[in-house]
Amino acid sequence: MRLIINGEAQIVEATTLSQLLTALEYEGEWLATAVNGELVHSEERGDHILTDDDRIEILTPMQGG
Amino acid sequence: MLELYGTQITSRLLLGTARYPSPAVLAAAVKRSQTGIATVSLRRETAGGRNGGTFFEMIRELGVRVLPNTAGCHGVSEAVLTAKMAREVFRTNWIKLEVIGNHDTLQPDVFALVEAARILTDDGFEVFPYTTDDLIVAERLLEAGCKVLMPWCAPIGTAAGPLNLSALRSMRAHFPEVPLVVDAGIGRPSHAATVMELGFDAVLLNTAVAGAGDPVAMAEAFAKAIDAGRQAYGAGMLEPRDMAVPSTPVIGKPVFA
Repeated sequence: MRLIINGEAQIVEATTLSQLLTALEYEGEWLATAVNGELVHSEERGDHILTDDDRIEILTPMQGG
Repeated sequence: MLELYGTQITSRLLLGTARYPSPAVLAAAVKRSQTGIATVSLRRETAGGRNGGTFFEMIRELGVRVLPNTAGCHGVSEAVLTAKMAREVFRTNWIKLEVIGNHDTLQPDVFALVEAARILTDDGFEVFPYTTDDLIVAERLLEAGCKVLMPWCAPIGTAAGPLNLSALRSMRAHFPEVPLVVDAGIGRPSHAATVMELGFDAVLLNTAVAGAGDPVAMAEAFAKAIDAGRQAYGAGMLEPRDMAVPSTPVIGKPVFA
């Protein structure tokens, strides 16, 4: 499946958002996800089925002013 | 004591966490400043989220409350989504709402800011809007549900200090009961002291500390200046006058032929 992940097109085998995070080796609880401009809560990632050309955002903490 | 959305705050210095030479210097500056609130942000990360997680664990160990921002957002939907993602990560309803309207000045898009503030307040957020010193915009933000206002005193990162003292004075006079935090444009401790002497409730700093030759020493210098400015405001300062007034009493002064 082709997804746009943090702005870059990638071909992945994952079918849910949880599987995608695992495949991309994201670890820990300090991250937030959105699909096509809508927040997907952490507890909903396992049930969130991905489809072709979904736009995924995966954000983590960083320094800020 | 300063109260922001029902939370009592001991220090009137809010400190940003960006642009320090190292995480160790950041941690030392936060401690030396005695701040109770540190701003943080969210970004894309390709390293599996480990860098961000490490950073945030360090901030948590410092024992400060975090104020996530929407820095770099340029529209309502982008800012609202970023705020929601920040709430998911940082587990706080607090959000420093930035909606930037211009790349060069990093001036807030106040129209989008008001709209985003309304949406987020309705969604349970406690919004700290980064705004200008415009009184009507401030009114609209309060109507949108904001209970704190964070006007700039100069564009972000310029270190120019308060450019429009008259506007800042007007803002303080117009909203005597609203917590007002000067956010952006402070370069020196004397700038911070100046806005605190005007009666502002707190100062949010980042670059002025992080970019200093010795950020840890500068954090302490700002903390002292902010305390001094606040104390001076409460103590009642003299107004400037045009003519000299002798400080030593003239009564009883001898007259030598």
